[in-house]
Amino acid sequence: MSQKVAVYRKEHFNAAHRLNNPDWDEATNARVFGKCNNPHYHGHNYELIVKLTGEPDPATGYVYDLKLLSDQVKETIIDRFDHRNLNEDTVEFKNLNPTAENIVVVIYNLLRPKIDTKYDLQVRLFETPRNFVEYPTN
Amino acid sequence: MVYVTRTEHFNAAHKLYNPRWTKEQNDAVFGRCANENWHGHNFELDVTIKGNPDPDTGFVYDVKKLSAIINEHVIEKLDHKNLNLDVDFMAGKMCSIENLVIGIWNQLVPHLPEGVKLHCLKLRETPKIYTEYYGD
Repeated sequence: MSQKVAVYRKEHFNAAHRLNNPDWDEATNARVFGKCNNPHYHGHNYELIVKLTGEPDPATGYVYDLKLLSDQVKETIIDRFDHRNLNEDTVEFKNLNPTAENIVVVIYNLLRPKIDTKYDLQVRLFETPRNFVEYPTN
Repeated sequence: MVYVTRTEHFNAAHKLYNPRWTKEQNDAVFGRCANENWHGHNFELDVTIKGNPDPDTGFVYDVKKLSAIINEHVIEKLDHKNLNLDVDFMAGKMCSIENLVIGIWNQLVPHLPEGVKLHCLKLRETPKIYTEYYGD
């Protein structure tokens, strides 16, 4: 029987962004993205939950050292996005609309190479206390 | 006397940056909050009024009506906006939550019906940082 356990680490970052499709005219952007299209940006307290699934190590009792996971998330994600303008200050969203959906996929792709593939990785991102996304879905 | 609180929220961008200082001075005082390209928050605003419950309704004041007043005169001006660039009552001021909570108070008071006394505003910038203002 599988002894797999999921462990989670929560981190947060505060950032500005706007939703805009440069291929569309102003009116279309305003209609589709509404207030989120404000050319002067708006912002959020993003909350990030990183989930790793694996078997507890018999020697430590840990699935994964959560301090190590925290350091990896800070170094890979938080240092990159915290107190930044996602559209203006990051290479990841130069040509990609920084919706919560796109941000969560970017975060997963940045973290995945840092973590041994024997662990399943899943990322949940809260844009507000009421709007959140998850990747991958399974 | 009973205190009644209505919570509202808005999402906005801002930066802490004093235009009379050099970039180095701003970075030294405000750190990451001085990022020239802005950052942002989910702000939460608690509006507390005080009074005695009306004998007919049991209400100090109808919180649904209070919510409509806050939304019309405060949230509409702040939600999905850039606090430094888009908000008339913050023009020329430093966009700290200290100044913002005072600005919101001054914005709200003239629109409250007679007899509704504003007691306190609490403005939360992050789960770990908030300001309170009692109008004095």
